Amino acid sequence: MTDSIAAVSLHGVTKRFGEDVVAVDDVDLEIRDGEFFSLLGPSGCGKTTTLRMIAGLEFPTDGSIEIYGEEMGISPPNKRPVNTVFQSYALFPHMNVEDNIGFGLRMQKIDPAEIRTKVGEAIELVQMTGMEKRRPNALSGGQQQRVALARALVNRPKVLLLDEPLGALDLKLRQTMQLELKDIQSEVGISFVYVTHDQEEALTMSDRIAVMNEGRMEQVGRSEDIYDSPGSLFVAGFVGDMCFLTAEVVEAGAVRLSGGEIVRARTSDAAGTSVTLALRPEMLHLYAEASEAPSGRNAVKGSIARSVFNGGTMFYEVDIGAGGSFDVRVENKPSMRRWDMGDSVVVDFHPEAATALAQ
Amino acid sequence: MTTLKERKGAQQESSNPKLERSARRRESWRGFFHAAPAYVYLTVFFTLPLLIVFVFSFASRSRTGRPELEGWNLDSWARLGEPLVRTIVVRSFTMAIFNTLLCLLIAYPFAYWIATRARQSTRTLLLVAVLIPFWSNFLVRTYAWRMLLDSDGYITQIGEFTGLWGRMLFTAPAVFIGLVYGYLPFMVLPLYAALERMDWSLVEAGRDLFASGPKAFRKITLPLSKPGIIAGSILVFIPSLGAYVTPDILGGAKTTLLGNYIVTQFGSARNWPFGSALSGAILFVMLLATVAYFRTGGRTV
Repeated sequence: MTDSIAAVSLHGVTKRFGEDVVAVDDVDLEIRDGEFFSLLGPSGCGKTTTLRMIAGLEFPTDGSIEIYGEEMGISPPNKRPVNTVFQSYALFPHMNVEDNIGFGLRMQKIDPAEIRTKVGEAIELVQMTGMEKRRPNALSGGQQQRVALARALVNRPKVLLLDEPLGALDLKLRQTMQLELKDIQSEVGISFVYVTHDQEEALTMSDRIAVMNEGRMEQVGRSEDIYDSPGSLFVAGFVGDMCFLTAEVVEAGAVRLSGGEIVRARTSDAAGTSVTLALRPEMLHLYAEASEAPSGRNAVKGSIARSVFNGGTMFYEVDIGAGGSFDVRVENKPSMRRWDMGDSVVVDFHPEAATALAQ
Repeated sequence: MTTLKERKGAQQESSNPKLERSARRRESWRGFFHAAPAYVYLTVFFTLPLLIVFVFSFASRSRTGRPELEGWNLDSWARLGEPLVRTIVVRSFTMAIFNTLLCLLIAYPFAYWIATRARQSTRTLLLVAVLIPFWSNFLVRTYAWRMLLDSDGYITQIGEFTGLWGRMLFTAPAVFIGLVYGYLPFMVLPLYAALERMDWSLVEAGRDLFASGPKAFRKITLPLSKPGIIAGSILVFIPSLGAYVTPDILGGAKTTLLGNYIVTQFGSARNWPFGSALSGAILFVMLLATVAYFRTGGRTV
């Protein structure tokens, strides 16, 4: 994989709207051949603009975009080997399902018999057989989504761009479609660039994720890396649940909490730096006594300040005095010990589960 | 979603059907009262006069030119087949069609341009500019054109200076300038309304699916703005078919058109029955054409 040419690469891409709006700010990015790549970030972070620049619907103010080694410059969308699944699907209301899907092929002046075969295959791929003659307004949201996907995929683009394609669907359908999309991607083997603001969706589907904020790339990496070792405070807060504590680096691999407790954590800053300690609530464990906790890990004393039952999990807020509080999530199972308000507990966690991030 | 719908349905079932029926009846009565002023107005000032016109078309004409409401006959209707009438009808239709096409060609790019302005305030300003001519009388404006197009008018002077055209007053171009000027807003507004509603991401999708700019326009923008094209064309075509002020003032009444011809029947020719038959026939044809147009056009979009 590493020696193969990148599917899409962005070099110093900047996009300004007007004088003072910088939508995308000096972004470098490499999307590999055949991977499911997500651009993740809050609304207004520049992820959609980045996608639109790859599609050719916007042009960068600065920098360059290459698709399979070919410099795109200001070539229009119809001259690029990519296709897009739009956020609102953008199905042509005056054409039926079949004609919508065949549109791209017709525009490329492909032989009508071949178009028919390819459209038929695409309809089968997205399981829309029998709906060929329907107009988009006679389809449900999920069906429209499938048609939009088929309409893009039927052209066998080198890269498929998807702009929050599941955003308009309800939760259940979205989850089904997530898995289906992933299956289709591995079936067709095309690189997918997927824009979403839903971090769970990005984690579920992607091989790699780029987290964007205010036009900049915060972190690019595998889903696991993004989740387990966030590279910045923003990524830590945006992806998954996280509890934050203020601390100060004592030495490499150790920080002091505001209450004076010294815990071991992953650090990258010099001693004396003020940091924020980020911990995943599900990686924290509760014990009644320090002696019960496994040795060689961190153990911080505190008391239960709040407990919330959440079905599959039990959520506790553990007050540790001046140091602040820990959020702890415990899986709900018969062996689970339940704590009451005010119980004194020991919060236990592995040093690897605590990341010290510069403020 | 479904649960909400189900609950709504359940609620409806449980309510009293008799109560519901009376509520619906009251609702429809209220609707009628709201529309009553319009009904009354249209009946008194539109339907009744139209009926009178229709009745007169079967009347006969006395030697002095007075319509006589006895001796009913179809003479006036029979006269519609005369060669002179046919010539006038063909001429008027040709002019109306040509005027409609001219308006469409000029209005479409303009409406497109307004609809694609990003700022709402710019759009409003441009639309107001389209409507400004309506603030003064049509006749006055047509006379203004007459001054511009006359021998010493600015437009004639510019034409003579550049050597491109001469005095246009009382020629066909003058009539078309006047007609396009008069009816352009009726074309711009429905086109703007259609284009403003356009989902431009559809055009983007088209471009993304390998359509060039012109191709995307032809395959997506144009079909989706068809309701506006139809509405605008009807709004321009119908009045230009009966136009008589503009051909009279700017064309010098050199050629007879349907509008002038009908006016003549009610005026100097003193032949009310024939004028009525002419009016009735045009009305009927236009009505049929409009209904047919909407039938075919309404379904495709």
